[in-house]
Amino acid sequence: MSESTHHAQHPHHFFDADAGPVVRPYAMTRGRTSSVNQHRMDLIALVVTEPAADHPGRDQSLSPEHVEIVELCGQAPQSIAELAAALDLPVGVVRVLVGDLVEDELVHVTRPVPPAELPDVSILREVIDGLRAL
Amino acid sequence: MVFGRSSSRRPVEPVTLKILVAGGFGVGKTTLVGAVSEIKPLRTEETLSEVGRPVDNTAGVENKTTTTVAMDFGRITLRDDLVLYLFGTPGQDRFWFLWDELAQGALGAVVLADTRRLEDSFAAVDYFERRGIPFTVAVNCFEGADRFPAESVRGALDLDSEVPLLLCDARERESAKMVLVSVVEHALARVGGQRPHVTT
Repeated sequence: MSESTHHAQHPHHFFDADAGPVVRPYAMTRGRTSSVNQHRMDLIALVVTEPAADHPGRDQSLSPEHVEIVELCGQAPQSIAELAAALDLPVGVVRVLVGDLVEDELVHVTRPVPPAELPDVSILREVIDGLRAL
Repeated sequence: MVFGRSSSRRPVEPVTLKILVAGGFGVGKTTLVGAVSEIKPLRTEETLSEVGRPVDNTAGVENKTTTTVAMDFGRITLRDDLVLYLFGTPGQDRFWFLWDELAQGALGAVVLADTRRLEDSFAAVDYFERRGIPFTVAVNCFEGADRFPAESVRGALDLDSEVPLLLCDARERESAKMVLVSVVEHALARVGGQRPHVTT
C-alpha cells in the first residue's frame, strides 16, 4: 500500500497536519533532537569553519545538509538562524547538524553574550554609533 | 574536493547581538526589520512541543501537540566584527512567548504599537517588563489612524516613566534607525545605572 493511499484512507492514523513537518526534518538527524555539543546554541551564535574543513577526503558520513552548512560557513561565518533560513529547516534540526560538525571538528560555534546579561557599555556605544552612521 | 572555496585566511569572528521586534498582527514588524536590514528579511522556524521545552524526545511525537513558531529576521553589519540581528515575531502567532530562548541574551526589544489596536501590544509589554529586558515602545503612525499624544499612549499602556516611547514610520529607514538607537540607549542607561556588566 502506498503512503498516499494510506493517508487518504486514514488521514489521522500516523501524521496529522501538525505532526508532519516535525517528523520529516528530524529524519535528517536520524531522529535526534539534541546534540551533546549543542549546550545552548543561540540563534545568533555564529558557526565558523575550522581549518580541517578546507581539506577534502574526510568523514564520508556527512549528509548533503552537513556539507551545505560547511560550504555556507566557509564563505563567511553564519548564525544558526541564517543557516536555518538558508537550508529551510527548523532551528532545532540545524542545531543537531551543527553539533555533528562540531564533533567532527569541522566547525566551532561562537558564544554570544550570555543570557540575562547585557553586553559591555563600550559595545553598546559602538552599536549606537554604528546605527547612527548607517 | 567536497568543500569548495577553501581559504587559508580565517574570517573574523564578529560579536553578534540581537534586538526583538514584537507587537500585534499587521503592526509592521517585518516592515521595520526590512527597512533597516541589509538583507531581505529571512524566515526561520522552530517547532515546539509542550510548553517551553526546547529539547524534546521524538518518541511518541505523534501524540503531542506541536506549535511551529516562525520569526522573520534581518541583519545589520555595523562593522566587520559587530553584527546586529533583528528578530520580528509574527503577530498572528501568540505562541512566540513559548520560545523563551529567543529573548534570552537579547540586547533589547521594540514593541511596535498601533493606536487603533493598542491592546495588541499589552502581552509584549508585559513579557519584556517581567523579564527585565529593556524595550522601547514605537507607535507606528499609519495613515488614517488618529494621532494620539504620546503621553496618552503611555498612560494606556501603563508604561514606566523610564521606558522610551516614540512615534515612527516603520517603512522609513531613518525612522526605524532612531527606534533601534532608542532601544540601545535605553539598554545603555540600564547597564550604566544598575547592572554589573560583563565583558564579551
